[in-house]
Amino acid sequence: MARHRRWDAALAKQMALRLADKEGALLPILHELQATFGYIDDRAVSVVADVLNLSKAEVVGTISFYPDFRSSEVGETVIRLCRAEACQSVGCEHLVAHLKDTHGIEVGRTTSDGRLTVESVYCLGNCALGPSILVEEQPFGRVDTTLLDELIAEARR
Amino acid sequence: MSIRLYIPLDTSARAVGADRVAKAVVAAAADRGVDIDLVRNGSRGLYWLEPLVEVETSAGRIAYGPVTPRDVAGLIDAGFLTGADHPLRIGNIESHPDFARETRLTFRRVGLIDPLSLPDFEAHRGLNGLRKALALAPIEIIDQVIRSGLRGRGGAGFPTGIKWKTVAETRAERKYVVCNVDEGDSGTFADRMVLEGDPFMLIEGMIIAGLAVGADKGYLYVRSEYIDAFRVLEKAIAIATDAGLLGRSVMGSGKTFELEARLGAGAYICGEEMSLIESLEGKRGVVRAKPPLPAHAGLFGMPTVVNNVQSLTAVPYILGEGPEAYEKFGQGRSRGTLIVQLTGNVKRGGLFELPFGISIREVVEGIGKGTRSGRPIRAVQVGGPLGAYFPESLFDTPLDYEAMAARGGMLGHGGIVVFDDTVDLASQARFAFAFCAHESCGKCTPCRLGAVRGRELMDRIIERGAGPVETEMLQDLTTVMTDASLCALGGLTPLPVMSAFKHFPEDFQRAKALRSAAE
Repeated sequence: MARHRRWDAALAKQMALRLADKEGALLPILHELQATFGYIDDRAVSVVADVLNLSKAEVVGTISFYPDFRSSEVGETVIRLCRAEACQSVGCEHLVAHLKDTHGIEVGRTTSDGRLTVESVYCLGNCALGPSILVEEQPFGRVDTTLLDELIAEARR
Repeated sequence: MSIRLYIPLDTSARAVGADRVAKAVVAAAADRGVDIDLVRNGSRGLYWLEPLVEVETSAGRIAYGPVTPRDVAGLIDAGFLTGADHPLRIGNIESHPDFARETRLTFRRVGLIDPLSLPDFEAHRGLNGLRKALALAPIEIIDQVIRSGLRGRGGAGFPTGIKWKTVAETRAERKYVVCNVDEGDSGTFADRMVLEGDPFMLIEGMIIAGLAVGADKGYLYVRSEYIDAFRVLEKAIAIATDAGLLGRSVMGSGKTFELEARLGAGAYICGEEMSLIESLEGKRGVVRAKPPLPAHAGLFGMPTVVNNVQSLTAVPYILGEGPEAYEKFGQGRSRGTLIVQLTGNVKRGGLFELPFGISIREVVEGIGKGTRSGRPIRAVQVGGPLGAYFPESLFDTPLDYEAMAARGGMLGHGGIVVFDDTVDLASQARFAFAFCAHESCGKCTPCRLGAVRGRELMDRIIERGAGPVETEMLQDLTTVMTDASLCALGGLTPLPVMSAFKHFPEDFQRAKALRSAAE
């Protein structure tokens, strides 16, 4: 998991302090923490609450409201598969079934080897060229099972 | 002299290989010792032609597409760098029939210019609107926006100028302009195209809004799924700040306006203005009851303009060219242009800026040329996940606010999703409930619980068919959600559900076992 740093309370506090003067600083701080550590550690709650002078309940409440904020480490590669209407109309649910039947991958889970996490997303804004997926930050359009197989193989390599 | 080439950095173009094509072009040009100047532009919006490569030649810009990395060597050998003939040659994209029929007011620069070149922006009438606004009193700016007939493009269609007037007339120590870039509706991407293709236009629109209402700070709330677009926007804000467009003295006027872009965190509900404000304040994106309106007490309790990207980006044109130039397009009370996003199972999808009033049929058949699968069109959903499903018999409906509402639909953010005859509208109705249940902020009961009950009810209907009891329950439940939900999420989820039920009753009346036996 070289792309993320290990939990470090001093670093987290330093990041929170750097952004604390912004209006409504909590979301920018949480994004920063997740970008650095890959998820938002439970131990971050009191650090952030302390810096922003919020109750821990307010911080936990905000973290838990937003789907983006994760409470544990995810796979080395995150694939986000769009399952909204425009992608439904071109068969995104076939891709979901294919992942399960051919690769044994359940959407919403991380594979047991920790290599891959596949998540549902509701719209990537590539609706004229669906089905759409995002592999980390690289978008792919008109995805079929062949392309999906290639991308999965690459992620597992 | 180097040859200038354009290959989009647009997300959709990248999704079908624009980055790989760009790499191949750079490598092939280097091999041949040709000096090229590659510009990563926005998309022209004709997505079925992406990756579209444009070359600047003595005869104007010549487009080729869709280009794959494997085509590149052949294109260069055929002489495409001087606009030579090739099977992929399209010619000047602006003469393409589907582009030529458009009325590009807001999107006139998207795809044309280098998105992060301020000189390029200015050379194409950028900042004309702001320059004029700086010479006007705030009330005169507002008057021009009112006269243009511009209505909010986020979905509700409220007159933009009236909203600004309310904020301008509210006294407060601070005011804010907030741009809603939480474009979460499936079937829409116009806001993303603006961020990636012409971000200075949005910045210009926000500065004008700030001048009009007396705000000196603006926020752009961008959905996190648009991370690349967010980065382009951040670069554009930095460039605009360095150039003195943003900051303590906008273009030397002595008026302050600062901008900051913020990322959302995956919650669809934050496209609702009250929940967006809560989210900007760093809280859970829970909907606030109205009143007070954001125009009176919005972000941090201060008067706040919350506008959609498409509303704000129409403003520079209106100020620059005059409200009459905008108002002359459209029909009835829907003035100006509509940004149509044609998506889903469609042969030729993309973004098309057209005057209000074009029919659904003109768009899906005339421009879209039918389904990508080649099967007959069975339904379209207009206006995002909260928009109605229309059958072919309603395809002559003109796309304007009133005409859509009269037929039980809505325009929303201008997205049209096409479905072929394999679609099951009972499943789509179930999805509408499931989506609402997934995205509900939980504040009001009709949405939080109604959506869950609705999903369960649809499971039963899909399993056994809709009898009189199920029909009554469905009607009862959707009436409560429509009448008693706090915001549009719970309030409009009944629209896709009941339009599907009304126009495609056969999908609700046969049980699953029977249906699969018949197929």
